[in-house]
Amino acid sequence: MRALFALFPADLSGADRVVPPTGFTARLTLLTAAAMAFLAVFALALSLATGRLAERWSEALARSATIRISAPAEQMQAQTRAVLEVLATTPGVATYRALEPAEMEALLEPWFGPDLPIDSLPLPQLIELTETSAGLDADGLRLRLSAEAPGAVLDDHTRWRRPLVAAAGRLRLLGLLSLVLIGGAMAGMITLAAQAALAANVQVIRVLRLVGARDAFIAGAFVRRFTARGLAGAGIGTALGMVAVAALPATDEAGGFLTGLGFAGAGWLWPLIIPPLAAAVAWLATRAASLRMLKGIR
Amino acid sequence: MIELQNVAMSYGGSELLSEMTLKLVPGSFHFLTGPSGAGKTTFLKLCYAELLPSAGHLALFGQDVRALGRDDIAGLRQKIGVVHQDCQFLDHLSVAENVALPLSVARRPVDTAELRELLGWVGLKAQAGALPPQLSGGERQRAALARAVMMSPDVILADEPTGNLDWEMSLRLLSLLVELNKMGKTVVIATHDLNLIRTAKSQVAARVLRIANRRLQLAGADL
Repeated sequence: MRALFALFPADLSGADRVVPPTGFTARLTLLTAAAMAFLAVFALALSLATGRLAERWSEALARSATIRISAPAEQMQAQTRAVLEVLATTPGVATYRALEPAEMEALLEPWFGPDLPIDSLPLPQLIELTETSAGLDADGLRLRLSAEAPGAVLDDHTRWRRPLVAAAGRLRLLGLLSLVLIGGAMAGMITLAAQAALAANVQVIRVLRLVGARDAFIAGAFVRRFTARGLAGAGIGTALGMVAVAALPATDEAGGFLTGLGFAGAGWLWPLIIPPLAAAVAWLATRAASLRMLKGIR
Repeated sequence: MIELQNVAMSYGGSELLSEMTLKLVPGSFHFLTGPSGAGKTTFLKLCYAELLPSAGHLALFGQDVRALGRDDIAGLRQKIGVVHQDCQFLDHLSVAENVALPLSVARRPVDTAELRELLGWVGLKAQAGALPPQLSGGERQRAALARAVMMSPDVILADEPTGNLDWEMSLRLLSLLVELNKMGKTVVIATHDLNLIRTAKSQVAARVLRIANRRLQLAGADL
């Protein structure tokens, strides 16, 4: 009697068992989900990195400004002094200082080479300033400078900052668009795999219909299987993607933009949403394919 | 329970069944006979709505099948046990799982003792864990009958259920169907086996229907 009991599986009502295991579609779904999740990790890393980059560039350039004084040699000292006095009484200015001749020489060296006779050149005087977190009124400062030092021009880096921030913003958008495209491609491939599985199991569906199975029961059996495969594949792909991102050279080692691609701090939690999202995509794609096919089988 | 009024069925433009009128009342027992290709299987398929009539009115349990959706028909099929001519199993599931399939589909718990008893009755206790392709033709038909009655349906439609069985097993299956009929189930058996019909008529008030010339006739007096 015990031997007979052993012949009966513990869960005879297990709805998922009605779908026979199909190696090809199982592997295809698993591989697709893993590959797409791997790519999604990189797209997410790109998106987050460009977001950080845009913020950093924007902040760094927004907090500094330069005043350039172009005046005849005999007025240069007086205008420089006048500018420094204006800055001392301007709200929102945290620090300011006139660049020394040696610093000016260092700035020009990349273009003109060393030993530049800086004294003999009619170079403008540069004054570097940083803003407080509250920021300064650039238009008001320009008005005061035009009154006190007519040769002084304030450059708050706006014309540099805007295109850089815009470029970083577009890169971030590109990353997000990549995520959407990856999700769409995954949905398409899982739909194809689900349709192949359904077509291969038409006879199974007919038998289930014969014994009174409703659409939701039949579709559910396929949907749960493909959702589980999508989740498992995406889990593997996400883990591999995170390892690959972690293995990229650190920013402080090389300093370039690309080496900054990665996650920072709590940003490492973001990739964890990829497997559930992939499972949701698989669920939707398989359910739509199943219900579409079941319409044709009475 | 199942009611046909002037039902016709056409395949590819030619009419296979026509002017079929019949009312299967609860507790009735019918045999369906007729030459091969007369349309017995098609008639049974109409009775569980795998096919829809091309003309006439067909109602299952008081509901017009044309007005029913797929899920409604699926729900009604849970009240109809079908023994298909070619059995139709899920080959990756064991015999026990196949027999219990109607319960799984209806999301009802499986009483393993009851399942064992049923398998024992059709002589398949030893094959409970086997896969359908491992069964002989007769064993497959017995398993199909066990699956059809597993849910204790209101109607049992059997298409040549004893075609591959020896006489002893045929009588056992007939006894099961007669017992179910005495419990109030409606039974329709399509068969060529006149001996089986004669034996059944000695046990139960069975009516014999014959499909000939595309029409349904009462043939009991001929037997």
